[in-house]
Amino acid sequence: MSNVERPAPSERARILVNLDGSERARRGRTSNVKDSVTTNSIKLEVFRWRPEGDGQPLFDTYEVPFKRDWVILDALNYVKDNLDETLSFRWSCRMGVCGSCGMMVDGDPVLTCAAFCRTYAPGPVRVEPLANFPVIRDLVIDMDDFVEKLGRVKPWIIPEHEKPLSEGEYLQSPEQLSDFKKYSMCINCMLCYSACPVYGIEPEFVGPAALALGQRFNLDSRDAGEGDRRNVLASDDGIWDCTLVGECTEVCPKGVDPAGAIQRLKVSSTNHWWKSFLMPWAGKGKV
Amino acid sequence: MSKTPKISNEPFWWALFGAGGVVSALFIPVLIVIFGLAIPLGWVEAPDYQSMRVLLASPVTRLLLFGIITLCLFHWAHRFRFTLYDGLQLKHLESLILVLTYGSAMVAVIFAGIAIWTL
Amino acid sequence: MAPTSRNTSNRSGRLVQRVPIFWWIKKWNYTKFILRELSSVAVAAYAVVLIFLVHAVSGGPAEYQEFMELFQRPFWIGLNVVALAFVLLHSVTWFNLAPKAMVIRVGNWIVPPKFIVAANYAAWIVVSAAVAWILLEP
Repeated sequence: MSNVERPAPSERARILVNLDGSERARRGRTSNVKDSVTTNSIKLEVFRWRPEGDGQPLFDTYEVPFKRDWVILDALNYVKDNLDETLSFRWSCRMGVCGSCGMMVDGDPVLTCAAFCRTYAPGPVRVEPLANFPVIRDLVIDMDDFVEKLGRVKPWIIPEHEKPLSEGEYLQSPEQLSDFKKYSMCINCMLCYSACPVYGIEPEFVGPAALALGQRFNLDSRDAGEGDRRNVLASDDGIWDCTLVGECTEVCPKGVDPAGAIQRLKVSSTNHWWKSFLMPWAGKGKV
Repeated sequence: MSKTPKISNEPFWWALFGAGGVVSALFIPVLIVIFGLAIPLGWVEAPDYQSMRVLLASPVTRLLLFGIITLCLFHWAHRFRFTLYDGLQLKHLESLILVLTYGSAMVAVIFAGIAIWTL
Repeated sequence: MAPTSRNTSNRSGRLVQRVPIFWWIKKWNYTKFILRELSSVAVAAYAVVLIFLVHAVSGGPAEYQEFMELFQRPFWIGLNVVALAFVLLHSVTWFNLAPKAMVIRVGNWIVPPKFIVAANYAAWIVVSAAVAWILLEP
Protein backbone atom coordinates (compact mmCIF):
# COMPACT_ATOMS: atom_id res chain seq x y z
CA MET A 1 0.00 0.00 0.00
CA SER A 2 1.74 3.05 -1.42
CA ASN A 3 1.67 6.57 -0.23
CA VAL A 4 -1.64 6.40 1.68
CA GLU A 5 -1.23 7.56 5.25
CA ARG A 6 -2.10 4.73 7.59
CA PRO A 7 -5.21 5.78 9.57
CA ALA A 8 -5.87 5.00 13.21
CA PRO A 9 -7.07 1.47 14.06
CA SER A 10 -10.63 2.55 14.91
CA GLU A 11 -10.85 4.34 11.54
CA ARG A 12 -9.42 1.46 9.52
CA ALA A 13 -12.52 -0.67 9.97
CA ARG A 14 -14.58 1.96 8.20
CA ILE A 15 -12.39 2.75 5.21
CA LEU A 16 -12.72 0.63 2.09
CA VAL A 17 -9.47 0.44 0.13
CA ASN A 18 -8.74 -0.41 -3.50
CA LEU A 19 -6.07 -2.93 -4.38
CA ASP A 20 -3.57 -0.17 -5.14
CA GLY A 21 -4.05 1.27 -1.67
CA SER A 22 -6.11 4.30 -2.68
CA GLU A 23 -9.22 5.01 -0.67
CA ARG A 24 -12.48 3.87 -2.26
CA ALA A 25 -15.13 4.86 0.25
CA ARG A 26 -15.84 5.42 3.89
CA ARG A 27 -18.52 3.57 5.80
CA GLY A 28 -20.76 5.10 8.39
CA ARG A 29 -20.73 8.55 9.91
CA THR A 30 -17.19 9.83 9.61
CA SER A 31 -17.93 13.48 9.99
CA ASN A 32 -19.94 14.25 13.03
CA VAL A 33 -20.12 17.72 14.44
CA LYS A 34 -20.04 16.22 17.89
CA ASP A 35 -16.71 14.52 17.08
CA SER A 36 -15.08 17.89 17.04
CA VAL A 37 -16.03 18.38 20.63
CA THR A 38 -12.85 17.57 22.48
CA THR A 39 -14.28 16.10 25.63
CA ASN A 40 -12.33 13.70 27.76
CA SER A 41 -15.28 12.54 29.79
CA ILE A 42 -19.03 12.30 29.67
CA LYS A 43 -21.57 12.18 32.50
CA LEU A 44 -24.21 9.49 32.87
CA GLU A 45 -27.28 10.08 35.04
CA VAL A 46 -28.32 6.57 35.92
CA PHE A 47 -31.63 5.45 37.47
CA ARG A 48 -31.10 3.64 40.77
CA TRP A 49 -33.64 1.70 42.80
CA ARG A 50 -33.40 -1.15 45.21
CA PRO A 51 -36.38 -3.06 46.62
CA GLU A 52 -34.79 -3.25 50.08
CA GLY A 53 -34.22 0.51 50.23
CA ASP A 54 -36.51 3.36 51.28
CA GLY A 55 -38.80 2.99 48.24
CA GLN A 56 -37.99 6.03 46.11
CA PRO A 57 -35.85 5.80 42.98
CA LEU A 58 -33.07 8.34 42.42
CA PHE A 59 -30.42 9.23 39.85
CA ASP A 60 -26.69 8.71 40.42
CA THR A 61 -24.28 10.72 38.28
CA TYR A 62 -21.12 9.02 37.02
CA GLU A 63 -18.33 10.62 35.01
CA VAL A 64 -16.84 8.12 32.55
CA PRO A 65 -14.07 8.52 29.93
CA PHE A 66 -15.33 9.67 26.58
CA LYS A 67 -14.08 7.38 23.82
CA ARG A 68 -15.22 7.83 20.22
CA ASP A 69 -15.99 4.18 19.71
CA TRP A 70 -17.59 3.47 23.08
CA VAL A 71 -21.25 2.59 23.35
CA ILE A 72 -23.45 3.31 26.39
CA LEU A 73 -22.96 -0.31 27.48
CA ASP A 74 -19.18 0.25 27.56
CA ALA A 75 -19.75 3.29 29.75
CA LEU A 76 -22.01 1.30 32.11
CA ASN A 77 -19.44 -1.48 32.35
CA TYR A 78 -16.77 1.13 33.13
CA VAL A 79 -19.01 2.37 35.96
CA LYS A 80 -19.49 -1.13 37.33
CA ASP A 81 -15.80 -2.03 37.04
CA ASN A 82 -14.33 1.19 38.37
CA LEU A 83 -16.85 3.47 40.03
CA ASP A 84 -19.80 1.60 41.52
CA GLU A 85 -19.96 -2.17 41.59
CA THR A 86 -23.52 -2.07 42.98
CA LEU A 87 -25.04 -0.91 39.68
CA SER A 88 -27.18 -3.71 38.21
CA PHE A 89 -27.98 -4.13 34.53
CA ARG A 90 -28.39 -6.89 31.93
CA TRP A 91 -26.16 -7.41 28.90
CA SER A 92 -24.64 -10.29 26.99
CA CYS A 93 -23.51 -10.38 23.36
CA ARG A 94 -22.72 -6.64 23.06
CA MET A 95 -23.35 -6.88 19.31
CA GLY A 96 -27.09 -6.45 18.90
CA VAL A 97 -28.28 -10.05 18.59
CA CYS A 98 -29.20 -11.22 22.08
CA GLY A 99 -31.70 -8.52 23.03
CA SER A 100 -30.51 -8.29 26.66
CA CYS A 101 -29.25 -4.71 26.98
CA GLY A 102 -32.33 -2.68 26.16
CA MET A 103 -32.69 0.51 28.24
CA MET A 104 -34.09 4.03 27.96
CA VAL A 105 -31.32 6.44 26.93
CA ASP A 106 -32.42 10.08 27.00
CA GLY A 107 -36.02 8.89 26.90
CA ASP A 108 -35.73 6.55 23.92
CA PRO A 109 -35.68 2.74 24.12
CA VAL A 110 -32.41 1.55 22.55
CA LEU A 111 -29.98 -1.36 22.69
CA THR A 112 -27.19 0.11 24.79
CA CYS A 113 -24.64 -1.99 22.87
CA ALA A 114 -25.65 -0.14 19.72
CA ALA A 115 -25.98 3.38 21.12
CA PHE A 116 -22.74 5.30 20.73
CA CYS A 117 -21.71 7.73 23.47
CA ARG A 118 -20.70 10.25 20.83
CA THR A 119 -24.33 10.45 19.68
CA TYR A 120 -25.23 11.83 23.10
CA ALA A 121 -22.12 13.97 23.63
CA PRO A 122 -21.54 16.29 25.39
CA GLY A 123 -24.17 14.79 27.72
CA PRO A 124 -25.20 14.34 30.45
CA VAL A 125 -26.89 11.16 29.29
CA ARG A 126 -29.92 9.89 31.16
CA VAL A 127 -30.07 6.08 31.44
CA GLU A 128 -33.23 4.46 32.78
CA PRO A 129 -34.73 0.97 32.81
CA LEU A 130 -36.96 -0.04 29.88
CA ALA A 131 -40.31 1.79 30.20
CA ASN A 132 -43.62 0.00 30.81
CA PHE A 133 -42.04 -2.86 32.77
CA PRO A 134 -41.85 -3.29 36.55
CA VAL A 135 -38.35 -2.64 37.84
CA ILE A 136 -36.59 -5.39 39.80
CA ARG A 137 -33.51 -3.33 40.63
CA ASP A 138 -31.68 -0.38 39.04
CA LEU A 139 -31.79 -0.99 35.27
CA VAL A 140 -33.13 -4.56 35.46
CA ILE A 141 -36.80 -5.07 34.58
CA ASP A 142 -39.30 -7.88 35.13
CA MET A 143 -40.01 -9.54 31.78
CA ASP A 144 -42.32 -12.34 32.96
CA ASP A 145 -45.38 -10.78 31.31
CA PHE A 146 -43.55 -10.48 27.99
CA VAL A 147 -42.36 -14.09 28.04
CA GLU A 148 -45.81 -15.37 28.94
CA LYS A 149 -47.34 -13.47 26.03
CA LEU A 150 -44.79 -14.85 23.57
CA GLY A 151 -45.91 -18.33 24.57
CA ARG A 152 -49.60 -17.47 24.36
CA VAL A 153 -49.56 -17.04 20.57
CA LYS A 154 -48.50 -20.69 20.05
CA PRO A 155 -45.13 -19.82 18.47
CA TRP A 156 -44.44 -23.17 16.82
CA ILE A 157 -45.26 -24.83 13.50
CA ILE A 158 -48.73 -26.38 13.60
CA PRO A 159 -48.71 -28.48 10.43
CA GLU A 160 -51.76 -29.69 8.53
CA HIS A 161 -50.84 -33.23 9.59
CA GLU A 162 -47.77 -34.57 11.26
CA LYS A 163 -45.32 -35.80 8.66
CA PRO A 164 -43.34 -38.92 9.61
CA LEU A 165 -39.57 -38.68 9.09
CA SER A 166 -39.79 -41.24 6.30
CA GLU A 167 -41.73 -38.74 4.17
CA GLY A 168 -38.79 -36.37 4.17
CA GLU A 169 -38.31 -32.66 4.87
CA TYR A 170 -40.77 -29.79 4.61
CA LEU A 171 -39.72 -27.97 1.43
CA GLN A 172 -39.88 -24.21 1.27
CA SER A 173 -38.91 -21.93 -1.60
CA PRO A 174 -37.01 -18.65 -1.09
CA GLU A 175 -40.21 -16.81 -2.03
CA GLN A 176 -42.17 -18.64 0.66
CA LEU A 177 -39.43 -17.78 3.14
CA SER A 178 -39.53 -14.11 2.19
CA ASP A 179 -43.23 -14.06 3.12
CA PHE A 180 -42.46 -14.24 6.81
CA LYS A 181 -38.71 -13.75 7.11
CA LYS A 182 -38.69 -10.26 8.56
CA TYR A 183 -41.15 -11.26 11.30
CA SER A 184 -38.75 -14.04 12.31
CA MET A 185 -35.89 -11.61 13.00
CA CYS A 186 -37.14 -10.60 16.45
CA ILE A 187 -34.48 -10.84 19.18
CA ASN A 188 -36.99 -10.35 22.00
CA CYS A 189 -35.35 -7.13 23.15
CA MET A 190 -38.69 -5.59 24.26
CA LEU A 191 -37.88 -2.12 22.90
CA CYS A 192 -41.24 -2.23 21.06
CA TYR A 193 -43.11 -2.80 24.32
CA SER A 194 -41.36 0.20 25.82
CA ALA A 195 -42.22 2.33 22.83
CA CYS A 196 -45.87 1.26 22.76
CA PRO A 197 -48.07 3.69 24.72
CA VAL A 198 -50.97 1.21 24.64
CA TYR A 199 -48.92 -1.42 26.48
CA GLY A 200 -47.98 1.20 29.04
CA ILE A 201 -51.61 2.17 29.64
CA GLU A 202 -53.18 -1.29 29.25
CA PRO A 203 -50.78 -4.01 30.41
CA GLU A 204 -53.26 -6.67 29.20
CA PHE A 205 -52.30 -5.84 25.61
CA VAL A 206 -50.58 -8.84 24.04
CA GLY A 207 -48.09 -6.45 22.45
CA PRO A 208 -46.14 -5.90 19.22
CA ALA A 209 -43.48 -8.64 19.43
CA ALA A 210 -45.91 -11.41 20.40
CA LEU A 211 -48.40 -10.43 17.70
CA ALA A 212 -45.64 -10.23 15.08
CA LEU A 213 -44.45 -13.65 16.22
CA GLY A 214 -47.96 -15.05 15.72
CA GLN A 215 -48.02 -13.57 12.24
CA ARG A 216 -44.59 -15.09 11.54
CA PHE A 217 -46.08 -18.54 11.99
CA ASN A 218 -49.37 -17.72 10.27
CA LEU A 219 -47.44 -16.77 7.13
CA ASP A 220 -45.08 -19.74 7.24
CA SER A 221 -45.95 -22.11 4.38
CA ARG A 222 -45.31 -25.11 6.63
CA ASP A 223 -47.90 -23.91 9.14
CA ALA A 224 -51.66 -24.50 9.16
CA GLY A 225 -52.40 -23.08 12.62
CA GLU A 226 -53.92 -19.69 11.78
CA GLY A 227 -57.25 -20.86 13.20
CA ASP A 228 -55.60 -22.10 16.40
CA ARG A 229 -53.98 -18.74 17.04
CA ARG A 230 -57.00 -16.65 16.20
CA ASN A 231 -58.60 -16.52 19.63
CA VAL A 232 -55.43 -14.95 21.06
CA LEU A 233 -54.38 -12.75 18.13
CA ALA A 234 -57.86 -11.53 17.18
CA SER A 235 -59.03 -10.97 20.75
CA ASP A 236 -59.76 -7.60 22.34
CA ASP A 237 -56.40 -7.77 24.13
CA GLY A 238 -54.70 -8.83 20.92
CA ILE A 239 -54.57 -6.80 17.72
CA TRP A 240 -57.68 -4.81 18.59
CA ASP A 241 -55.98 -2.84 21.36
CA CYS A 242 -53.51 -1.52 18.80
CA THR A 243 -54.15 1.95 17.36
CA LEU A 244 -51.22 1.99 14.92
CA VAL A 245 -49.09 4.49 16.77
CA GLY A 246 -46.28 2.86 14.83
CA GLU A 247 -43.56 3.60 17.37
CA CYS A 248 -42.83 -0.12 17.77
CA THR A 249 -41.61 -0.34 14.19
CA GLU A 250 -39.62 2.89 14.62
CA VAL A 251 -37.56 1.55 17.52
CA CYS A 252 -37.11 -2.05 16.39
CA PRO A 253 -33.39 -2.68 15.87
CA LYS A 254 -34.03 -5.66 13.58
CA GLY A 255 -36.54 -4.30 11.06
CA VAL A 256 -39.31 -6.66 12.19
CA ASP A 257 -42.04 -4.08 11.53
CA PRO A 258 -44.54 -5.30 14.15
CA ALA A 259 -46.92 -2.45 13.25
CA GLY A 260 -47.17 -3.86 9.73
CA ALA A 261 -47.69 -7.39 11.04
CA ILE A 262 -50.54 -6.18 13.26
CA GLN A 263 -52.16 -4.18 10.44
CA ARG A 264 -52.13 -7.25 8.18
CA LEU A 265 -53.62 -9.31 10.99
CA LYS A 266 -56.39 -6.73 11.37
CA VAL A 267 -57.22 -7.04 7.67
CA SER A 268 -57.15 -10.85 7.65
CA SER A 269 -59.13 -11.07 10.90
CA THR A 270 -61.72 -8.62 9.57
CA ASN A 271 -62.09 -10.61 6.35
CA HIS A 272 -62.52 -13.79 8.37
CA TRP A 273 -65.04 -12.22 10.75
CA TRP A 274 -67.20 -10.82 7.95
CA LYS A 275 -67.06 -14.11 6.03
CA SER A 276 -68.26 -16.03 9.12
CA PHE A 277 -70.90 -13.38 9.73
CA LEU A 278 -72.28 -13.28 6.19
CA MET A 279 -71.74 -16.92 5.29
CA PRO A 280 -71.91 -18.93 8.53
CA TRP A 281 -72.53 -22.09 6.56
CA ALA A 282 -69.03 -21.97 5.02
CA GLY A 283 -66.79 -24.74 6.31
CA LYS A 284 -63.89 -24.25 8.68
CA GLY A 285 -61.15 -23.52 6.18
CA LYS A 286 -57.64 -22.33 6.87
CA VAL A 287 -58.54 -18.63 6.54
CA MET B 1 -53.56 -14.63 32.95
CA SER B 2 -57.17 -13.49 32.96
CA LYS B 3 -60.13 -15.06 31.20
CA THR B 4 -59.78 -17.37 28.17
CA PRO B 5 -59.27 -15.10 25.17
CA LYS B 6 -62.05 -15.07 22.62
CA ILE B 7 -62.36 -13.74 19.10
CA SER B 8 -63.41 -10.13 19.24
CA ASN B 9 -66.35 -8.55 17.39
CA GLU B 10 -64.28 -5.45 16.83
CA PRO B 11 -64.02 -6.18 13.06
CA PHE B 12 -67.57 -4.91 12.63
CA TRP B 13 -66.60 -1.42 13.82
CA TRP B 14 -63.12 -1.55 12.35
CA ALA B 15 -64.49 -2.23 8.85
CA LEU B 16 -66.67 0.88 9.18
CA PHE B 17 -63.67 2.83 10.47
CA GLY B 18 -61.52 1.67 7.57
CA ALA B 19 -64.12 2.38 4.90
CA GLY B 20 -64.79 5.76 6.51
CA GLY B 21 -61.09 6.52 6.52
CA VAL B 22 -60.77 5.83 2.80
CA VAL B 23 -63.91 7.76 1.89
CA SER B 24 -63.07 10.77 4.05
CA ALA B 25 -59.48 10.86 2.83
CA LEU B 26 -60.63 10.88 -0.80
CA PHE B 27 -63.71 13.13 -0.69
CA ILE B 28 -63.54 15.56 2.23
CA PRO B 29 -60.43 17.64 1.32
CA VAL B 30 -61.82 18.79 -2.03
CA LEU B 31 -65.20 19.59 -0.44
CA ILE B 32 -63.54 21.78 2.19
CA VAL B 33 -61.44 23.54 -0.43
CA ILE B 34 -64.53 24.25 -2.55
CA PHE B 35 -67.12 25.17 0.08
CA GLY B 36 -64.76 26.44 2.75
CA LEU B 37 -62.25 28.43 0.77
CA ALA B 38 -62.76 28.67 -3.00
CA ILE B 39 -66.36 29.88 -2.96
CA PRO B 40 -66.23 32.22 0.09
CA LEU B 41 -62.97 33.79 -1.11
CA GLY B 42 -64.39 34.27 -4.58
CA TRP B 43 -61.99 31.99 -6.48
CA VAL B 44 -64.94 30.18 -8.08
CA GLU B 45 -68.64 30.81 -8.51
CA ALA B 46 -70.95 29.02 -6.11
CA PRO B 47 -73.13 26.43 -7.86
CA ASP B 48 -76.52 28.10 -8.31
CA TYR B 49 -79.57 26.80 -6.47
CA GLN B 50 -81.09 25.08 -9.51
CA SER B 51 -77.97 23.02 -10.31
CA MET B 52 -77.69 21.96 -6.65
CA ARG B 53 -81.33 20.86 -6.64
CA VAL B 54 -80.85 18.88 -9.84
CA LEU B 55 -77.64 17.32 -8.55
CA LEU B 56 -79.17 16.28 -5.24
CA ALA B 57 -82.31 14.95 -6.90
CA SER B 58 -80.40 12.10 -8.49
CA PRO B 59 -80.68 8.86 -6.47
CA VAL B 60 -77.04 8.11 -7.22
CA THR B 61 -75.87 11.36 -5.63
CA ARG B 62 -78.19 10.85 -2.68
CA LEU B 63 -76.87 7.35 -2.05
CA LEU B 64 -73.27 8.46 -2.43
CA LEU B 65 -73.80 11.43 -0.13
CA PHE B 66 -75.53 9.30 2.50
CA GLY B 67 -72.73 6.75 2.26
CA ILE B 68 -70.01 9.38 2.64
CA ILE B 69 -71.69 11.06 5.61
CA THR B 70 -72.39 7.75 7.38
CA LEU B 71 -68.90 6.35 6.92
CA CYS B 72 -67.24 9.62 7.98
CA LEU B 73 -69.26 9.65 11.19
CA PHE B 74 -68.44 6.04 12.09
CA HIS B 75 -64.79 6.65 11.22
CA TRP B 76 -64.78 9.46 13.79
CA ALA B 77 -66.69 7.44 16.38
CA HIS B 78 -64.21 4.55 16.33
CA ARG B 79 -61.09 6.70 16.24
CA PHE B 80 -62.31 9.10 18.92
CA ARG B 81 -63.28 6.19 21.17
CA PHE B 82 -59.69 4.91 21.13
CA THR B 83 -58.29 8.44 21.48
CA LEU B 84 -60.23 8.71 24.74
CA TYR B 85 -58.98 5.29 25.88
CA ASP B 86 -55.31 6.07 25.19
CA GLY B 87 -55.03 9.85 25.09
CA LEU B 88 -56.94 10.49 28.31
CA GLN B 89 -56.74 6.96 29.77
CA LEU B 90 -60.52 6.64 30.08
CA LYS B 91 -60.83 2.93 29.25
CA HIS B 92 -62.63 2.37 32.54
CA LEU B 93 -65.52 4.43 31.11
CA GLU B 94 -65.73 2.06 28.13
CA SER B 95 -69.52 1.55 28.14
CA LEU B 96 -70.23 5.28 28.41
CA ILE B 97 -67.75 6.06 25.64
CA LEU B 98 -69.25 3.39 23.34
CA VAL B 99 -72.70 4.93 23.77
CA LEU B 100 -71.48 8.52 23.35
CA THR B 101 -69.39 7.85 20.25
CA TYR B 102 -71.29 5.23 18.25
CA GLY B 103 -74.57 6.53 19.66
CA SER B 104 -74.07 10.10 18.50
CA ALA B 105 -72.84 8.82 15.13
CA MET B 106 -76.07 6.82 14.76
CA VAL B 107 -78.19 9.84 15.69
CA ALA B 108 -76.39 11.99 13.12
CA VAL B 109 -76.82 9.26 10.50
CA ILE B 110 -80.58 9.27 11.17
CA PHE B 111 -80.68 13.05 10.70
CA ALA B 112 -78.67 12.68 7.48
CA GLY B 113 -81.11 10.04 6.26
CA ILE B 114 -84.09 12.27 6.98
CA ALA B 115 -82.47 15.31 5.36
CA ILE B 116 -81.56 13.39 2.22
CA TRP B 117 -84.91 11.56 2.03
CA THR B 118 -86.92 14.80 2.29
CA LEU B 119 -84.92 16.60 -0.39
CA MET C 1 -40.96 12.67 34.35
CA ALA C 2 -39.14 12.49 37.66
CA PRO C 3 -40.29 9.50 39.72
CA THR C 4 -42.20 10.58 42.82
CA SER C 5 -44.34 8.76 45.33
CA ARG C 6 -47.39 9.88 43.31
CA ASN C 7 -46.45 8.12 40.09
CA THR C 8 -44.63 5.07 41.42
CA SER C 9 -45.83 2.16 43.48
CA ASN C 10 -44.13 -0.82 44.99
CA ARG C 11 -45.99 -3.96 44.00
CA SER C 12 -44.70 -7.29 45.33
CA GLY C 13 -41.16 -5.99 45.45
CA ARG C 14 -41.21 -4.42 42.00
CA LEU C 15 -41.25 -0.71 41.18
CA VAL C 16 -44.15 0.18 38.91
CA GLN C 17 -44.14 3.61 37.26
CA ARG C 18 -47.48 4.91 36.06
CA VAL C 19 -47.84 6.39 32.57
CA PRO C 20 -48.62 10.13 32.89
CA ILE C 21 -51.97 11.30 31.45
CA PHE C 22 -50.24 13.56 28.96
CA TRP C 23 -47.65 11.01 27.82
CA TRP C 24 -48.18 12.24 24.28
CA ILE C 25 -46.79 15.71 24.97
CA LYS C 26 -43.34 14.41 25.79
CA LYS C 27 -42.33 12.95 22.43
CA TRP C 28 -42.97 14.49 19.00
CA ASN C 29 -43.86 11.12 17.44
CA TYR C 30 -46.54 10.63 20.08
CA THR C 31 -47.85 14.18 19.58
CA LYS C 32 -48.05 13.57 15.83
CA PHE C 33 -50.02 10.41 16.55
CA ILE C 34 -52.58 12.20 18.74
CA LEU C 35 -52.95 14.99 16.17
CA ARG C 36 -53.57 12.36 13.51
CA GLU C 37 -56.24 10.75 15.66
CA LEU C 38 -57.86 14.12 16.41
CA SER C 39 -58.18 14.76 12.67
CA SER C 40 -61.22 12.48 12.86
CA VAL C 41 -63.03 15.32 14.68
CA ALA C 42 -62.63 17.54 11.60
CA VAL C 43 -63.94 14.68 9.45
CA ALA C 44 -67.05 14.26 11.61
CA ALA C 45 -67.55 18.03 11.75
CA TYR C 46 -67.59 18.21 7.96
CA ALA C 47 -70.00 15.29 7.72
CA VAL C 48 -72.34 17.35 9.90
CA VAL C 49 -71.76 20.42 7.69
CA LEU C 50 -72.83 18.31 4.71
CA ILE C 51 -76.04 17.37 6.54
CA PHE C 52 -76.75 21.07 7.08
CA LEU C 53 -75.96 21.79 3.42
CA VAL C 54 -78.50 19.21 2.29
CA HIS C 55 -81.03 20.67 4.74
CA ALA C 56 -80.37 24.17 3.37
CA VAL C 57 -80.94 23.04 -0.20
CA SER C 58 -84.27 21.44 0.83
CA GLY C 59 -85.27 24.72 2.44
CA GLY C 60 -85.31 26.70 -0.80
CA PRO C 61 -83.14 29.26 -2.60
CA ALA C 62 -83.20 31.77 0.26
CA GLU C 63 -82.00 29.26 2.82
CA TYR C 64 -79.32 28.01 0.45
CA GLN C 65 -78.11 31.57 -0.12
CA GLU C 66 -78.04 32.22 3.62
CA PHE C 67 -76.06 29.03 4.21
CA MET C 68 -73.47 29.92 1.58
CA GLU C 69 -73.13 33.42 3.04
CA LEU C 70 -72.34 31.94 6.46
CA PHE C 71 -69.19 30.46 4.98
CA GLN C 72 -67.97 33.91 4.02
CA ARG C 73 -67.67 35.09 7.60
CA PRO C 74 -63.98 35.30 8.63
CA PHE C 75 -64.66 33.05 11.63
CA TRP C 76 -65.89 30.24 9.38
CA ILE C 77 -63.11 30.73 6.87
CA GLY C 78 -60.62 30.43 9.74
CA LEU C 79 -62.36 27.30 11.00
CA ASN C 80 -62.30 25.82 7.53
CA VAL C 81 -58.56 26.43 7.23
CA VAL C 82 -58.00 24.55 10.47
CA ALA C 83 -60.36 21.77 9.38
CA LEU C 84 -58.59 21.50 6.02
CA ALA C 85 -55.21 21.22 7.75
CA PHE C 86 -56.47 18.37 9.90
CA VAL C 87 -58.22 16.58 7.01
CA LEU C 88 -55.08 16.85 4.87
CA LEU C 89 -53.13 15.35 7.78
CA HIS C 90 -55.65 12.50 7.81
CA SER C 91 -55.43 11.91 4.05
CA VAL C 92 -51.65 12.00 3.88
CA THR C 93 -51.10 9.74 6.89
CA TRP C 94 -53.84 7.37 5.72
CA PHE C 95 -52.45 6.90 2.22
CA ASN C 96 -48.86 6.63 3.48
CA LEU C 97 -49.90 3.84 5.86
CA ALA C 98 -51.89 1.92 3.22
CA PRO C 99 -49.00 -0.44 2.27
CA LYS C 100 -48.74 -1.60 5.88
CA ALA C 101 -52.18 -3.16 5.65
CA MET C 102 -51.90 -4.76 2.26
CA VAL C 103 -49.04 -6.79 0.93
CA ILE C 104 -49.96 -7.62 -2.63
CA ARG C 105 -48.14 -10.31 -4.48
CA VAL C 106 -48.39 -11.02 -8.20
CA GLY C 107 -46.82 -14.43 -8.74
CA ASN C 108 -43.36 -14.09 -7.21
CA TRP C 109 -43.25 -10.31 -7.32
CA ILE C 110 -44.30 -8.28 -4.30
CA VAL C 111 -45.79 -4.91 -5.23
CA PRO C 112 -43.41 -2.25 -3.80
CA PRO C 113 -45.06 -0.13 -1.08
CA LYS C 114 -44.33 3.02 -3.15
CA PHE C 115 -46.66 1.75 -5.90
CA ILE C 116 -49.49 1.24 -3.44
CA VAL C 117 -49.01 4.72 -2.01
CA ALA C 118 -48.85 6.23 -5.51
CA ALA C 119 -52.06 4.44 -6.54
CA ASN C 120 -53.82 5.91 -3.51
CA TYR C 121 -52.66 9.43 -4.30
CA ALA C 122 -53.70 8.96 -7.93
CA ALA C 123 -57.18 7.92 -6.79
CA TRP C 124 -57.27 10.99 -4.56
CA ILE C 125 -56.50 13.28 -7.49
CA VAL C 126 -59.09 11.61 -9.74
CA VAL C 127 -61.83 11.76 -7.11
CA SER C 128 -61.07 15.39 -6.24
CA ALA C 129 -61.11 16.41 -9.90
CA ALA C 130 -64.38 14.56 -10.49
CA VAL C 131 -66.09 16.16 -7.47
CA ALA C 132 -64.85 19.63 -8.41
CA TRP C 133 -66.04 19.15 -11.99
CA ILE C 134 -69.48 17.93 -10.94
CA LEU C 135 -69.99 20.80 -8.51
CA LEU C 136 -68.49 23.69 -10.43
CA GLU C 137 -69.07 22.90 -14.08
CA PRO C 138 -72.18 24.87 -15.28
